Amino acid sequence: MSQMTIHLKIWRQEGPDTKGAFENHTLDTVNEHMSFLEMLDVLNEELILAGNEPFEFDYDCREGICGSCNLVINGRAHGPKRLTAACQLHMRNFKDGDSIVIEPARAAAFPVIKDLVVDRSAFDRIIAAGGYITVRTGSAPEANSIPVELEDSTFSFDYAACIGCGACVAACPNSSASLFTAAKLSHLNRLPQGEPEREKRVVAMVEQMEKEGFGDCSNYGECEAVCPKGISIASIAEMRRNYIKATIAG
Amino acid sequence: MPSLLKALSSQVGRKLLTGLTGVALIVFIVVHLVGNLTLFGPPDAFNIYAYKLHSLGPLLWLAEIGLVAVFAIHSYIGLSIWWNRRKARPQKYHVYSSKGAPSRQSLSSKSMAFTGVVMLIFIVFHVRAFKYGETTMTSIPGVDYPVKDLKALVITSFLDPVMAFAYTFVMMLLGVHLGHGIWSAMISLTLSNPQRSAAVYTAGTIIAALLSVGFLFIPLYIYFTGGQGALIQY
Ligand code: HEM
Ligand code: FES
Repeated sequence: MSQMTIHLKIWRQEGPDTKGAFENHTLDTVNEHMSFLEMLDVLNEELILAGNEPFEFDYDCREGICGSCNLVINGRAHGPKRLTAACQLHMRNFKDGDSIVIEPARAAAFPVIKDLVVDRSAFDRIIAAGGYITVRTGSAPEANSIPVELEDSTFSFDYAACIGCGACVAACPNSSASLFTAAKLSHLNRLPQGEPEREKRVVAMVEQMEKEGFGDCSNYGECEAVCPKGISIASIAEMRRNYIKATIAG
Repeated sequence: MPSLLKALSSQVGRKLLTGLTGVALIVFIVVHLVGNLTLFGPPDAFNIYAYKLHSLGPLLWLAEIGLVAVFAIHSYIGLSIWWNRRKARPQKYHVYSSKGAPSRQSLSSKSMAFTGVVMLIFIVFHVRAFKYGETTMTSIPGVDYPVKDLKALVITSFLDPVMAFAYTFVMMLLGVHLGHGIWSAMISLTLSNPQRSAAVYTAGTIIAALLSVGFLFIPLYIYFTGGQGALIQY
């Protein structure tokens, strides 16, 4: 099992209103089987033992399902591998002696809380604006009582895979949140349960997305390339169609 | 529900407008190219085409006003999208790179604002040179008064290497703009089928290249044949 030396350049920022800067660290004991976040754990342990402040970074599940991690690694959201969240990335994707730059997601709508942790509550507010359905509460409804077209259930399920990590915003040259918003919209709009609020939902969520200060979408498609779940920008076209139907061509 | 104006100025509405105006501009340049290619037709074809166009009178003015409006809306929204991205990301990345396919980040998509601005500046000079340019008079069959010899104007203009190569360069930029533009407009206008989208991207780049070559062939041909090539009949 080979040990690697990795040179790290990591963003350090005290808080939202302070200026940040990069800090350089070299780790000599990186193991190729470590995950990227374990590598950061090792660094933090060294820092703590030496009486220094560790780097803050977000994570929870460490298996690509919660959407907490969102590091920008060498200029790419979640690092070099496609369909892989930063927490699923392994050090074998790097070489001995590599230099790695780690930055937080950068967007006005995602202010830095500390170091690599950014505030993604703008996403929560987009969801709150319309990402819900009206259902009768109480006992679970009979699963087969509402028929759903196979195509719709398939697409809806694909879009529901969005974990809300914000990589799409981080990677978009315009810092647009269109892929996130569109995935949430198509997930609900495609199902009969989401039908009653379809028009209201698309208008409210598009409005909220703009209000939060996310940029316009120029169809760069970078969001799809970095999305750990491979959400297609077809959802953005769907969002536009639903929005136009609800407002302009309604 | 928001008002029509509010809907059109939303992020979705703005893209709808760049897409619609982009498509309108493509229709315009296709018609323009077909007209230009009459230079290679019978001796009087180009001047007859120009004469017929001008005899449309008020209809032509209307079309011209519409075209100016389309250019204005397209440029204004396109450039404001490009400008506003600064606000959405005040702190830039130290390193940034694309993750590759299926990303559509390319020379073409990244230079939309640059190629657009160059075309806008070009259009001012272009209209001045060819619409308001001085030239000799000529006669065409069926018209009993002299008309401007625009064919001569075009040919003498492109004998000048600066004109010929500047024009060629801008027409290459048009191709670059449309390499991303044609596909992007379809996504803005809600094309959502992933297979069709991939096919449209390929078709879009091919159409962009054809349009670009169609336009830039004219100045290059005139320059390199000294206006005496076999394709041009006098
Ligand atoms: C004959 C001339 C032109 C044609 C055929 C054309 C065509 C197009 C098309 C089809 C698009 C894609 C629209 C979309 O993404 O929805 C586009 C985008 C764009 N155009 Fe043009 N265009 C022309 C001139 C210009 C000019 C003069 C400017 C600016 C000064 C300009 C600036 C832009 C910009 C910045 C975009 C990208 C918009 C974005 O980021 O979303 N274009 N153009
Ligand atoms: S930590 Fe949960 S997705 Fe990465």
